[in-house]
Amino acid sequence: MSTTADQIAPAHDEHHAPRGLLRWLTTTNHKEIGTLYLVFSLTMFFVGGTMALIIRAELFQPGLQIVEPYFFNQMTTMHALVMIFGAVMPAFVGLANWLIPMMIGAPDMALPRMNNWSFWIMPFAFTLLLSTLFMDGGGPAGGWTLYPPLSLQTGAAFPFVILAIHMMGVSSVMGAINVIATILNLRAPGMTLMRMPLFVWTWLITAYLLIAVMPVLAGAVTMLLTDKYFGTSFFNAAGGGDPVMFQHIFWFFGHPEVYIMILPAFGIVSQIIPTFARKPLFGYASMVYATASIAFLSFIVWGHHMFTVGMPLAGELFFMYATMLIAVPTGVKVFNWMATMWRGSMTFETPMLFAVAFVVLFTIGGFSGLMLAIAPADFQYQDTYFVVAHFHYVLVPGAVFSIMAATYYWLPKWTGHMYDEKLGRLHFWCSAIGVNVLFFPQHFLGLAGMPRRIPDYALQFAGFNMISSIGAFLFGLSQLIFLWVVIKCIRGGEPAPAKPWEGAHGLEWTLPSPAPLHTFQTPPQIDPSEAHG
Amino acid sequence: MNPPAPSPAVGIRRTLRSALFIVVAMFGFGFALVPLYDVLCQVTGLNGKTSGVVAQAEPMRVDEARTVTVEFVASVNLDAPWEFHPDVTKLQVHPGRFYTTHFYARNRSARAVLGQAIPSVSPGPAATHFHKIECFCFTQQGFAAGEGREMPVTFRIDPQLPADVHTVTLSYTFFRLPEQG
Repeated sequence: MSTTADQIAPAHDEHHAPRGLLRWLTTTNHKEIGTLYLVFSLTMFFVGGTMALIIRAELFQPGLQIVEPYFFNQMTTMHALVMIFGAVMPAFVGLANWLIPMMIGAPDMALPRMNNWSFWIMPFAFTLLLSTLFMDGGGPAGGWTLYPPLSLQTGAAFPFVILAIHMMGVSSVMGAINVIATILNLRAPGMTLMRMPLFVWTWLITAYLLIAVMPVLAGAVTMLLTDKYFGTSFFNAAGGGDPVMFQHIFWFFGHPEVYIMILPAFGIVSQIIPTFARKPLFGYASMVYATASIAFLSFIVWGHHMFTVGMPLAGELFFMYATMLIAVPTGVKVFNWMATMWRGSMTFETPMLFAVAFVVLFTIGGFSGLMLAIAPADFQYQDTYFVVAHFHYVLVPGAVFSIMAATYYWLPKWTGHMYDEKLGRLHFWCSAIGVNVLFFPQHFLGLAGMPRRIPDYALQFAGFNMISSIGAFLFGLSQLIFLWVVIKCIRGGEPAPAKPWEGAHGLEWTLPSPAPLHTFQTPPQIDPSEAHG
Repeated sequence: MNPPAPSPAVGIRRTLRSALFIVVAMFGFGFALVPLYDVLCQVTGLNGKTSGVVAQAEPMRVDEARTVTVEFVASVNLDAPWEFHPDVTKLQVHPGRFYTTHFYARNRSARAVLGQAIPSVSPGPAATHFHKIECFCFTQQGFAAGEGREMPVTFRIDPQLPADVHTVTLSYTFFRLPEQG
């Protein structure tokens, strides 16, 4: 672990590298590890997506048609765990690996061997997690939040789930430490903190969130484990514990966690919009401070997940106002993006389409979040489909769209080929329409009182559920277009120039496409006019 | 090539150290939340936690003018083989005076079992004003197979009880404790 990039990089030549599977297993190159993360994430996206389609297929009509309720519960739980820890987080880590060294003029990540570790833990963690579906008593079915005492009723799968979560946690903590060490120590001379591209800034802040809260989750699941197997009573009222305490500890992790999944998305969008608006980002410094404020506030709002659990009035009010305060820095960001586009010479290539859709649709998710933050109103919304609609709006057309935007934007740099613009646009329109047909009706279902995590529902919810399921299949199947575009782009296509987007700024575009395995062995000169993308 | 700055390896090691420190500290903080939570609940009466210790029996001014309804609720945890209910479900009490009521529990299984009742007072702000000087919840309760008995609780409501509280609910959940030996 003490081996750092500057010690090994000069001696590290491509022709020494092993070939085939061993090359990927032993690689310490940030670009190869980035690719591994992205491929892993895409795989998990389809695994988790399949689970989502099982859920939506069952909910297509009232009554039980396709799966047993218990299996349905396993699907909702696993869908969440796979998508959060397997799809969204590794995708951002993959992008960080690929892009951060290129954006700050570093030869590699600061801790390349730890980088290899932090990736290769992931496939094992998810093999473990997914294998629980085939165990006696099935996989975890009490929801991804693992609330006791329900989660303690999980069968043989329980310790495997806990161990898998520990492994994911170790992996993301190692990835985060690597990002921090890289950004703080390996910036090219002249790349001051306030000249860093915004993607780098958002990741730096995200990495601090990760190392602050993943250990808390590790502690919480460890307590669950000892409660179940070693006779402790952290959450067991009979022994003097309190199950509500788990919710406090869990959401102390859980709320920063949702910002871990959105801050890098803010960074991506802040790179893409200026490129296609052909204007510098409006309010760069305010973007940095807004990101930092959001990160800070995320630590003091966890109680808004627990308004109905029982809390003194002062607590409800505190968490309500603190949560609403987050709308201020988030609003700063949204207005900055709009101001960047204002009177810009905009063109709408696929990355820009996804980025603009991100701004619009994420804001819808933000607004429903504000509604949920109103403590008295939350008593109606709690645990209904309104909550499901809210967090899917911020995570799917929010986080996932930003990852797709990033993929289209940097794919020419990664592969050396232009992607198929026509197919890209087709993918965008199918996804954008699908995602709204899928999630918008869920707002109505929630307001009408449909609870979340149920395999069957009352007849009055039938219409909107059917629409939602149709949207789900449209959205899900249109991701096959995405897969096809990516594969097609890797295999060939029009050669990409070093800077395929005329409005793009930043060090990564000074490198040839595809980016060679080793870049910036000697630090580049920083042109201040090119600073922060 | 002139080395402009000290090798980044030193800086990386320093960053690594401080980051690992944050990780370890936050892991510890997760566990520190446990006692922190207990203290917070004790101080505020959050979650209806009455103080675990036996209340002092010193005389208090009895507020004859005020009547508070105390409701008694008994519930049994999922896998516990009890019959468990209060003798009366409701009492009208004057703050400051001691009252005694009984709960009845019977072991329905054919084996001796050990139980523990966990109290909770609602609404939360009333919890710190609910004092028990004797309670079957202070100790573990052993039952022979089929045994049933009355169990007393002696309590008093503090006259300091907020004026807007007219009804206090005392709820017990009876848990089965793991078999010893």
